[in-house]
Amino acid sequence: MKVPHLQRRTLALVAAIVPLAALFVYVVLRSGPLAPVAVTLDTVRSRAVAPALSGIGTVQVRYIYKIGPTAAGRVRRLDVHVGDMVRASQVLGEMDPVDLDERMRAQQAAIKSAEAGLRQAEARQSYAQSQARRYEQLVSVRATSEENLATRQQELAVADAALAAAREDARRLRSELQALRAQRGNLRLVAPVAGLVAARDADPGTTVVAGQAVIRLMDPASLWVDARFDQISAQGLAAGLPAEVVLRSRHGQPLAARVLRTEPLADAVTEELLAKVVFDALPRPLPPIGELAEVTVRLPPLPEAPTITNAALRTVGGQRGVWKFRDGQLAFAPLRLGRADLDGQVQVQEGLAVGDAVVVYSEGTLGPKSRVHVVERIAGVSP
Amino acid sequence: MISLAGRDILHAWGKFVFTGIGLGLLIGVTLTMAGVYRGMVDDGKVLLDNSGADLWVVQKDTLGPYAESSSVPDDLWRSIRAMPGVAQAANVTYLTMQVGRGDEDVRAMVVGVAAGGPGVPGWPPQLVAGRQITRGHYEAVADAAAGVRLGDVLKIRRNRYTVVGLTRRMVSSAGDPMVFIPLKDAQEAQFLKDNDAILMQRRRTEANPAFNRPAVPDLLDAVIASQTSNSHVNAVLVRLRPGFAPQEVADPIRLWLRLTVYDRAQMEGILVGKLIATSARQIGMFLVILALVSAAIVAFLIYTLTMDKIREIAVLKLIGTRNRTIASMILQQALVLGLIGFVVGKITATFAAPLFPKYVLLVPFDTAMGLLAVMAICVLSSVVAIRVALRVDPAQAIG
Repeated sequence: MKVPHLQRRTLALVAAIVPLAALFVYVVLRSGPLAPVAVTLDTVRSRAVAPALSGIGTVQVRYIYKIGPTAAGRVRRLDVHVGDMVRASQVLGEMDPVDLDERMRAQQAAIKSAEAGLRQAEARQSYAQSQARRYEQLVSVRATSEENLATRQQELAVADAALAAAREDARRLRSELQALRAQRGNLRLVAPVAGLVAARDADPGTTVVAGQAVIRLMDPASLWVDARFDQISAQGLAAGLPAEVVLRSRHGQPLAARVLRTEPLADAVTEELLAKVVFDALPRPLPPIGELAEVTVRLPPLPEAPTITNAALRTVGGQRGVWKFRDGQLAFAPLRLGRADLDGQVQVQEGLAVGDAVVVYSEGTLGPKSRVHVVERIAGVSP
Repeated sequence: MISLAGRDILHAWGKFVFTGIGLGLLIGVTLTMAGVYRGMVDDGKVLLDNSGADLWVVQKDTLGPYAESSSVPDDLWRSIRAMPGVAQAANVTYLTMQVGRGDEDVRAMVVGVAAGGPGVPGWPPQLVAGRQITRGHYEAVADAAAGVRLGDVLKIRRNRYTVVGLTRRMVSSAGDPMVFIPLKDAQEAQFLKDNDAILMQRRRTEANPAFNRPAVPDLLDAVIASQTSNSHVNAVLVRLRPGFAPQEVADPIRLWLRLTVYDRAQMEGILVGKLIATSARQIGMFLVILALVSAAIVAFLIYTLTMDKIREIAVLKLIGTRNRTIASMILQQALVLGLIGFVVGKITATFAAPLFPKYVLLVPFDTAMGLLAVMAICVLSSVVAIRVALRVDPAQAIG
């Protein structure tokens, strides 16, 4: 049968127009505000959640000894370098004594001079004593006057006093020498404990003030992490909890540790709690002091409860909750939330039951009247 | 009754449809241009929507935090939280910067969100993949427009952030994708210079005798420590208690805390009226030119189509067809041409929109206005052709 010419043309036109019209209808319905919002759903499951706290801190040592002079002075010599291990009471260096040695020699000379003076006083005293004794005998046989005896006795008393003065003077000078020796000894910089030289803050020739550290000594066995946790997410932080420490320089190598103590003083400015975390076994090589570390504290697992992912949480009218999906309808359910773990699983205390379907991901903001299109995965997002 | 217009279209339908498609592409460009403008406005609006705030508290006399830089101390939120009518107050930082992704970098707006979990103002309101941030440091939720995948590592300043969640349509007013990171990291990122700059600054401070005093050995360390810390944020986002009007809450904050406060309407005014005003006018100008060009081309097309069949029209007149019939034929053809053009234009615009680097939003209102405009232009331009057709001398048919 021959198709009439006109009809064929009509068919061709229809073949061109109909797809165009269909495409137009599709475009109008599938884009813009009339288009349904693509969402993914998840079912509320009952599961146990092991909450964890995450914080950061720096590697510190519990004991650090700042060794320096007790009086202003100049560093004369230092015998140790950074990284040296030292014994307890080892001499690490010395301050410049300036004129102390000369003063000690002068003191020694003064002591000798005082000793000579003492001998002189002793000689005088022994002479005065014998003179006094002799005049006593002479007076007893009335061979001399009482006055002469009185003079001799007075001379003896003077000589006694002079001897005592000379003796005390010598003792004073010896004590002063001892004081100078002690001062001289105090110029030595001595390690109070065995440890590692962490810093050499001044080199020989440097003038330092009293109390300024010349050498900083630390006890490597007392290494800990000074960790900080945001107050809002530090619920349950307590001493004794197991922790993991990841040093910035050793990424991917978590080190076992535990919380030694939580500080009674929190940081009010940064709104953080402070805690000290100690390593179960000291990492080798020792991490440098001040290295940044990420700390994860594991809390005991909680019993099973309805759990959702935190990606499902929405805020509507100032209330936190989820969009429940039932029979193609959306309904907002405000929730009371419990603890969450670091993988984003949140326990729900009130508002959801196990088996409820909730919206997890959505392309746009949802409302109770939103048309939704349930998909397995939001298109265009690589997993 | 025979439809003269339909018959004529069927007579040379190929030519007609292709003319319509050509016109459609032009209309598509015009619709897309309107979409670009709507997209710019929408970028600003989603920025405000996504922040989830009712009020923005910024440094006094600034247009911050989006249109101008603003800096407020980071403990100020406590005073604002205590104001009547405030349900939630949260610090936030915004910084547009280059974010390292592998070997290349992308321009992104880094948003520092206060700790406290999803729902705190500033946090991404919804995700398309992954999860929200749970750790207090070194995690990020990024917009898919940044070209990142879950598990990617982003480098912001010297720190590395693992992407744990993805969003869609979370952009700055300039269309840059947003990257959400914890506030403390963002404060550091905003302030932290590169290591060379820090070392140089340390050297300069050491060389300054006012800071490096032998008699006060710890002073230098204290000065350097204070130089390398940042306790400022860009704004405080406020969510109101139900039943409080924005201005009712904003006024005491302005009065007693001496800060500038914007509500949603004022913020939109700043973003749309100030931030994108010039670009919007630029695009508006383009839109006007395109509309004029389209009108001229439609008029020209219909005129040419009419001129092509001037002989047939002369025959029609010769056989005594009424002027009304001829006019309605031309008008109908013009309207059908316009309709085909509009449909093709709408389809091309819709399919072309996602290919644009910035968001193109096709609003139904614009589409309806476009349809009306196209029809009006077609009617107007057919007037010229109708005048020519009616003036044709029937003698031409046999001349």
